[in-house]
Amino acid sequence: MRNLIRFILNNHFALLFILLETTALVLVFQNNNYQNTVAFNVSRNISGFINTKIHSLTQYLSLLEANKALHEENRMLRNELLSSYHIATPLLEEAGPAGEWERRYNYIPAKVIANSVNKQYNYISLDRGALHGIEPEMAVISGSGVVGIVTGVSDNFSTVLPLLNTDLRISSKLKDSGYFGSLYWDGTDPEKATLTDIPHHVTLNRGDSVVTSGFSAIFPEGIMVGTITDFEIYGGNFWAVTVRLSADFRKLNHVYVIQDLLREELLELEEAVGYD
Amino acid sequence: MIKVILRNILRIIVLVLFQVYILNNIQISGFVNPYFYVLFIILLPFETPGWLLLSLGFVLGLSIDLFSNTPGLHASATVFMAFIRPAVLGYFAPRDGYVTGTFPRIYYYGFSWFFQYVAILILSHHFFLFYIEVFRLSDFFHTFARVILSSAFTLFLVMISQYFIYRR
Repeated sequence: MRNLIRFILNNHFALLFILLETTALVLVFQNNNYQNTVAFNVSRNISGFINTKIHSLTQYLSLLEANKALHEENRMLRNELLSSYHIATPLLEEAGPAGEWERRYNYIPAKVIANSVNKQYNYISLDRGALHGIEPEMAVISGSGVVGIVTGVSDNFSTVLPLLNTDLRISSKLKDSGYFGSLYWDGTDPEKATLTDIPHHVTLNRGDSVVTSGFSAIFPEGIMVGTITDFEIYGGNFWAVTVRLSADFRKLNHVYVIQDLLREELLELEEAVGYD
Repeated sequence: MIKVILRNILRIIVLVLFQVYILNNIQISGFVNPYFYVLFIILLPFETPGWLLLSLGFVLGLSIDLFSNTPGLHASATVFMAFIRPAVLGYFAPRDGYVTGTFPRIYYYGFSWFFQYVAILILSHHFFLFYIEVFRLSDFFHTFARVILSSAFTLFLVMISQYFIYRR
């Protein structure tokens, strides 16, 4: 026993090092399961509070640009309003009044309070949380395109796994031809991502639009992801397409969290038929 | 003694806030991330006992982690850096050992001593940090370049800070 105590005392430096290093590494690897970010609720509430204060100070610097972007988005949305349309074909008039349309997607506006683009596993924090109706696995977009997916929610804040995280893959398709593939970020350039699994026989053009496919039950169909800048063959039969992301992650400020009101129903159906 | 403790507490707060709110928002070509906060470990007094050194490293890393959503990542790197600090100090020790009442600064031990000491600590910290963050060997050289460039930039900031803030 005395020998043991003497051993511990003599080697306390190395033993404490092993203890602390193990603790830190356990934290790192637990964190690899990104859905478990909920466990960091408390720390997120504290750092979220400070982040909000700092952010309210710094956002003045980008007010002008944010206003411009919002203005442009408002213009687009006004154009999308049902009242901006009229029914041209007499046949469609019999389809019923616009009142019978049912809402499927609900947009919750949120502000970015912390963001990074220079790591392999980047994260974004938002100033809206469970109290505002945000739940994990909701889609997040900005005025210009796809941003990411909500992973953790506390009462007033939430964390988002952005496209700029090598763990995230988003099912996307070519707007023109409808061929779909999987889009991911390779961890280098925050402006570019790679779209794979597009068959080789499809004709591609630089500048073609890439949009979300709507297959994942997270993103609605047809949300802008980016435009094609380059493509090359890989694995013989497929294109590896380089996509310039339309959302500028370096100056992300105002975003929308999308609530899918029919998501439960869709997931239940898919589970009932054993579809995965 | 009290003065040294207070000064170090103030330093850890300032460095963490500076790192989280200023340096983490700077990127140069998406490649270079300076991690200036390690200056805290570098400047601790020579007499700091080993257990305190490691614990302070852990606390420092963890507080950076809390703000950047990377639980454990910075903590593991700073604990590693704190672990090798006594060995590095021993290796570069002057023949008569370190004089009591002095601190690891350029003012006491000269530019070349400080530069070597700091360079080794920063390199080891950045190596550990970046490779744990990527956690695969496939992009070995890409990560390697990030380590070298970021270390150089951090080293530059540390040396500069010595002339502006800690002249004495």
